[in-house]
Amino acid sequence: MTVAFGTILLTFIMATLRATTPLLLAALGGVFSERAGVVNIALEGIMLAGAWGAAYFSFISGSAWIGLLGAVFIGVIMAGLHAVASIKYYADQVVSGTAINLLAVGFTEFMLNRIWGQAGSSPEVASLPNIGPLNFMIYLAFILAIVSWVALYRTPWGLRLRSVGEHPLAADTLGIDVFKMRYAGVLLSGVLGGLAGASLSIGLLSRFVDGMSAGKGFIALAAMIFGKWNPLGAVGATLLFGASQSLSVIFQLMGIQGIPTQFFNMLPYVLTMLILAGFVGKSVAPAADGIPYRKTN
Amino acid sequence: MGLRSHPLPITMLLKLEGITKRFGSLVANDHIDLEIRQGEIHALLGENGAGKSTLMNILYGLYTPDEGRIFWKGKEVKIRNPRHAIDLGIGMVHQHFMLIPVFTVAENITLGKEVTRNRFLDMNEARKRVEELSQRFGLEVNPDDRIESISVGQQQRVEILKALYRGAELLILDEPTAVLTPQEVEELGKIMKRLVAQGHTIIIITHKLKEVLHLADRVTVIRRGKKIATLDAAGQTEAELARLMVGRDVILTVDKEPAKPGKVVLEVKNLHAKNDRGVEAVRDVSFTVRAGEIVGIAGVDGNGQSELIACLTGLRKPTSGTVTVNGQDVTGQSPRRIRDAGVGHIPEDRQKRGLVLNFTVAENAALGDHRAFARRGWLSYQRMVDKAKEIISGFDVRPPRHDYLARSLSGGNQQKVIVGREILRNPDLMIAVQPTRGLDVGAIEFIHRNLVSERDAGRAILLVSLELDEIMNLADRILVMYKGQIVAEVPGHEATEEGLGLLMMGGSASA
Ligand SMILES: Nc1ncnc2c1ncn2[C@@H]1O[C@H](COP(=O)(O)OP(=O)(O)OP(=O)(O)O)[C@@H](O)[C@H]1O
Ligand SMILES: [Mg+2]
Repeated sequence: MTVAFGTILLTFIMATLRATTPLLLAALGGVFSERAGVVNIALEGIMLAGAWGAAYFSFISGSAWIGLLGAVFIGVIMAGLHAVASIKYYADQVVSGTAINLLAVGFTEFMLNRIWGQAGSSPEVASLPNIGPLNFMIYLAFILAIVSWVALYRTPWGLRLRSVGEHPLAADTLGIDVFKMRYAGVLLSGVLGGLAGASLSIGLLSRFVDGMSAGKGFIALAAMIFGKWNPLGAVGATLLFGASQSLSVIFQLMGIQGIPTQFFNMLPYVLTMLILAGFVGKSVAPAADGIPYRKTN
Repeated sequence: MGLRSHPLPITMLLKLEGITKRFGSLVANDHIDLEIRQGEIHALLGENGAGKSTLMNILYGLYTPDEGRIFWKGKEVKIRNPRHAIDLGIGMVHQHFMLIPVFTVAENITLGKEVTRNRFLDMNEARKRVEELSQRFGLEVNPDDRIESISVGQQQRVEILKALYRGAELLILDEPTAVLTPQEVEELGKIMKRLVAQGHTIIIITHKLKEVLHLADRVTVIRRGKKIATLDAAGQTEAELARLMVGRDVILTVDKEPAKPGKVVLEVKNLHAKNDRGVEAVRDVSFTVRAGEIVGIAGVDGNGQSELIACLTGLRKPTSGTVTVNGQDVTGQSPRRIRDAGVGHIPEDRQKRGLVLNFTVAENAALGDHRAFARRGWLSYQRMVDKAKEIISGFDVRPPRHDYLARSLSGGNQQKVIVGREILRNPDLMIAVQPTRGLDVGAIEFIHRNLVSERDAGRAILLVSLELDEIMNLADRILVMYKGQIVAEVPGHEATEEGLGLLMMGGSASA
């Protein structure tokens, strides 16, 4: 037991970081979108499509880096649909997001069949390298978290982005282009959601698997709320969620039985409910989150 | 006072020609011509809903006019958006705050024109500049305070600083004084004079005629979307301006019989409460309000009035002490329970506490009493519409449309909806905070008369106002609040402006 302890701890940490990475990238995407005032439950679909895009572009080019760009490209297109619907056409953002999630499922299933002629999963494609013991995407996720925080809280751009999520009319009267900032927020969530997808298909694995986002986009949204719509908060929240997921692995390793894995999978949601209900500190959404901005003319 | 010599030949800074703006079938601005001279203070007067804010929003690029032309320094311009207006040198302080509650004062002021170093925000420098600016214009603010935790008066100062920070040549002030204390208004007057002396030009919208005569060089009166006249302020009288605005004679003071106080309706005993920052803001306050009297609370903004009222209406829990209404202890109860105990409330911030802006007038009419508008658990729109119609006709809401969103009513008309709703509930105790904020002279006259007749009908009225005139006109007894305490009680008929002013500043003069 004592001999194994170090190994188990290491396994736990590695598993946690691996589980955290896609959640963190997607949660950061959520932060940008919602800070700008657009609710983005499309993250799940963006992630799935991004995972497919990464595998596809990696497959046809033979380069995982091209795959990474492909994931971003696909993510931005998906987010772009959401942006146009919710910013330009004042669509209900939850409805638009749901539509995109459904679209992503259909699209990736169809393409899986069309391109690779098989259901279930793609053939093996080139994947992103490890740096030391950990995959490139893991480092990228944590670096981007810091960059996001700096961008949101230390630059004029970030102040403006947050202002349109709080009180768009006030921002408008100061000459800030509300629509432009909102597009920026949503498209960035496409970039980050795409990266989150890539971390699944060509980061942690080297193939696209049907439905591989498996609700992670929603967990990421929960983490975004748990982290109070703050990139650093998202780091803490996704680490916590990642840890609670890898706990099930560890308990198996340690031979502890009787606690079903579903219990651990449930934990992030329970925590989120608790924080939403105000039991664990308070998390307040940007005031204009989810409210389309219309100009009177 | 308003007469100033123009050493230079008069130059036209801004000229509006035939500006027309329609909202659906409603003509908010009807072929308005207006000329603004370089370096003048130009007052825009008109009843609630006359179209003043609309006209200024057009100037600021928020609305596009349907017809008409704008000339800026002699050149025709189409002001496409606020950015464009700011670039031209036009600044505007909006009637309703354009502030971001969770941002700090400094962030709000610099937003859109941030202070940076190497492309990163430099909040230290921003803070310094805000402090400088606030000192230079005598508008006291703390750059690090969050907007949500400061008083309405302070928020107004931030708004003014915001425009000054952008170095506007033409400053549009849409009712900047509606929420300021008399001292602050006087201070603002000085600031405006100073700005004009430095070559700025000011358009000010206000319902306070005294101010207009005191400050403005010229006055333009708008009535129901049409321009009635532009006059030199010198030589005008309040009564004359009121007549031009409303189209009839207005009585500017209230006639009332001496009060006949009855049983105690509100009793406050040894009340203590903290403000949002956790500092004790209400300290050992005790008083009563009886049926059939109006008790006024006077004080400089930020001396605990807001917190006191919040305790009385259930929006804040007192730390100790008791509040009794009609003999029933309601200390720390929910607003619903307090309303049910017979309390009406005209809140200080009409947009935040008084109305749901995205609801129609009818839906707003039912707010707070929605159970009374239900039949077997189902909401009856017919009843809501009936109530709305009662408010609209009884309180002259314009346009008289129950299906209008509260958002698209003019500020004064929003206020009338709230006042009407609360008065028609027939509460035993009416807590009225700045009930005539932003109302035109005609509407003020009307609401004052209403409050007095409510009193005569045996209701208890607690009036909080920063307007000394209003308090002295209406209140039978005046309580002066200073630093969270009631420092004096003055019978209404004995009060003088100077005496109250001294007490409000913490002095001990006999009023
Ligand atoms: N966005 C809008 N949609 C529809 N009607 C509007 C809109 N904005 C203003 N109105 C209407 O236009 C008229 C003029 O409104 P405006 O706000 O300009 O009045 P105001 O003179 O500023 O009044 P107040 O002194 O009460 O602020 C009002 O009848 C108002 O209801
Ligand atoms: Mg107005």
